[in-house]
Amino acid sequence: MKNTKRTIVNIIVHAFLAVLAFIWLLPIVWVVLTSFRGEKGSYVNSFFPKTYTLDNYIRLFTNRNVLNFPQMFANTLFIAVCTCIISTFFVLSIAFCMSRLRFAFRKTYMNMAMILTLFPGFMSMVAVYYILKALGLSEGSMIRVALILVYSAGSGLAFYIAKGFFDTIPKSIDEAAIIDGATRWQIFTKVTMPLSKPIIIYTVLTSFIGPWVDFIFAKVICRANAQYYTVAIGLWNMLQKEYIHQWYTCFAAGAVVISIPIAALFMFMQRYYVEGMSGAVKG
Amino acid sequence: MKTKRKAREYTVAAALTKGDWATKLSAIVMGLGCMLHKQVVKGLLIFGVEIAYILFMVNTGIGCLADLPGLGDKGQEKVWNEAKQIYEYTAGDNSLLMLLYGVAVLFVTAAFIVFWVIQMRQAIYLQMRQAEGKHINNFREDLKSLGNEKVQIPLMSLPMVGILGFTVVPLVFMISMAFTSYSKEGDHLTLFDWVGFQNFVRVLNLNGNIGRQFWSVLGWTICWAFFATFLNYIMGMILAMIINRKDTHWKGFWRFCFVLSIAVPQFVSLMIMHIMLQPQGAVNVILQSLGWIKSPIPFMTDAMWCRVTIIIINLWVGIPYTMLQVTGILQNIPAELYEAAKMDGAGPVTIFRKITLPYMLFVTTPYLITSFTGNINNFNVIYLLSGGGPTHVGDTAGKTDILVTWLYKLTVDNQYYNIGAVIGIFTFIILSIVALVTYHRSGSYKNEEEFM
Repeated sequence: MKNTKRTIVNIIVHAFLAVLAFIWLLPIVWVVLTSFRGEKGSYVNSFFPKTYTLDNYIRLFTNRNVLNFPQMFANTLFIAVCTCIISTFFVLSIAFCMSRLRFAFRKTYMNMAMILTLFPGFMSMVAVYYILKALGLSEGSMIRVALILVYSAGSGLAFYIAKGFFDTIPKSIDEAAIIDGATRWQIFTKVTMPLSKPIIIYTVLTSFIGPWVDFIFAKVICRANAQYYTVAIGLWNMLQKEYIHQWYTCFAAGAVVISIPIAALFMFMQRYYVEGMSGAVKG
Repeated sequence: MKTKRKAREYTVAAALTKGDWATKLSAIVMGLGCMLHKQVVKGLLIFGVEIAYILFMVNTGIGCLADLPGLGDKGQEKVWNEAKQIYEYTAGDNSLLMLLYGVAVLFVTAAFIVFWVIQMRQAIYLQMRQAEGKHINNFREDLKSLGNEKVQIPLMSLPMVGILGFTVVPLVFMISMAFTSYSKEGDHLTLFDWVGFQNFVRVLNLNGNIGRQFWSVLGWTICWAFFATFLNYIMGMILAMIINRKDTHWKGFWRFCFVLSIAVPQFVSLMIMHIMLQPQGAVNVILQSLGWIKSPIPFMTDAMWCRVTIIIINLWVGIPYTMLQVTGILQNIPAELYEAAKMDGAGPVTIFRKITLPYMLFVTTPYLITSFTGNINNFNVIYLLSGGGPTHVGDTAGKTDILVTWLYKLTVDNQYYNIGAVIGIFTFIILSIVALVTYHRSGSYKNEEEFM
């Protein structure tokens, strides 16, 4: 009697999970199908494509006249790599100072950082644009530099996760190193960093992904300079009225091309995030 | 304790009262105290900074500051050029640049004052050390200390410059815009003036057009943040519990299915949703071909449908996140609690209400707060899904606009910069009330060094 009840509950639970998983995967499956669809245009009257083709991918990477996807890809890659280097350095050094050192300015800085992160990020966007303009970074190839600055300059505020990780490293390790004659700088580079692999990887990946998925700042800073567009603006443009009919299936192809590496990085990062949360020294 | 005593002794006031003539004179000739107390190189560097600041102020700074109260009043003019026989346009004043430069000079001056205070303290510190006959670092030793007990200075200065230049200065600049007439309305895009609190009054005034929109947007923002946060939280938790159940098979597979939807960049999945929910989009096509509905559902064109749709889509976006966050915590709930409850004959609903939920609320309050403030600032979901629409004719805010998307529309699309700045300030006030009240209560702030 009890067993049959249990079996019924189990069947219901698994059916429920299956339905949910179907709902969650439906949009993703639909994009993948659309990216292989032979018929043009954005609106169709069947869920499954009538003809399958690879043309959308080929066109995405070869048609450079209207929306130059390979160029956008290269732009974003360059910006992402530079941003990643700068902001990883910023985040880790601020987190180290906040966690391992004690000085008068520390509490002030932490409170200030908390207040600043409460402002909507792009509230200052217009002002940032004028500052970039005053610095001569708003035209030509300097737009790339401007985007790198915009993505990485504020990263010193996002130190909380890394600080939380550094907090779990026992202070006695630092003290032992100081007795052995190490300077604080050596502690940072030779003691804390080697112990912090999960959080370093996590920081590197989050800051690398940032430029791929932001489109608000990129849109305001690039404006009409199409040769400096990042992937996100390109994809967004493909869905605008003037392009959507021709480019809709290419949009799906582009979405798949971008999503695969980012999804892979994310899955990879997830492991380090969980490890980072559980602290440096396992007890 | 040591640093506190030091800070109390070496103040500017002490330098001005107890200092010798060199220390006192450092107030005017900066670095003199250092120079006469065995730190010549440092003193010269400090003096160099003072000279640079004075030169900067004389050349440009004072002019910029003088423009700040009036923000310029000279418009563009046509002048007849006799020599070339053509009309030439003289550049008029640009209030925006005057405001920007003015704010920048104020920041430079503030930084200079901080620098002045630091060097005064240094002067009295050196004087006292010399009087006590203690060792005074020479320049090389000072440089060495930057790698050791003062390593925070080289590590933090670059990030701080970034934050100052790209976060603080723009913010102050934007906040000051809230007190001006900088807007497309009345053609104040190049020349504008200070108007005091006029914009704030306009936004709060229920009878005006802007005020009416503000209150309706504010109401929806709070409603949205509430539903988005708590529905996601509860449902994500239930999902995690179902997957964690002892009898559920293929746990990893189910988790993978849901995590996959986070791994796809958010803007991609939201744009896809936007297309799928159009009148001829995939969802309507499927429902129609199944014969469940006759005419397309107005997901994005009817205000009520649109609001509900957005909250539901946000469940699709948010539930996997919650699931990831709470899975670990759920496994930490002591098993005895559950066993005791089962012994007393509690059903699954009672157990959830009396044990799981209180425990989770206790542990995850900081997470709830961040996700609540995150939802108030959730630009992507609203902007990419509905674009804030449907919009009444003549309004700048649509029916599903939240404060931040309205702010974006006001500044980027409509160029009502002053009203946009006011909206930004109000958003900040709401967020800071929520955050400050709860943040200072959270354990992680109070017991920072618990695990060290």
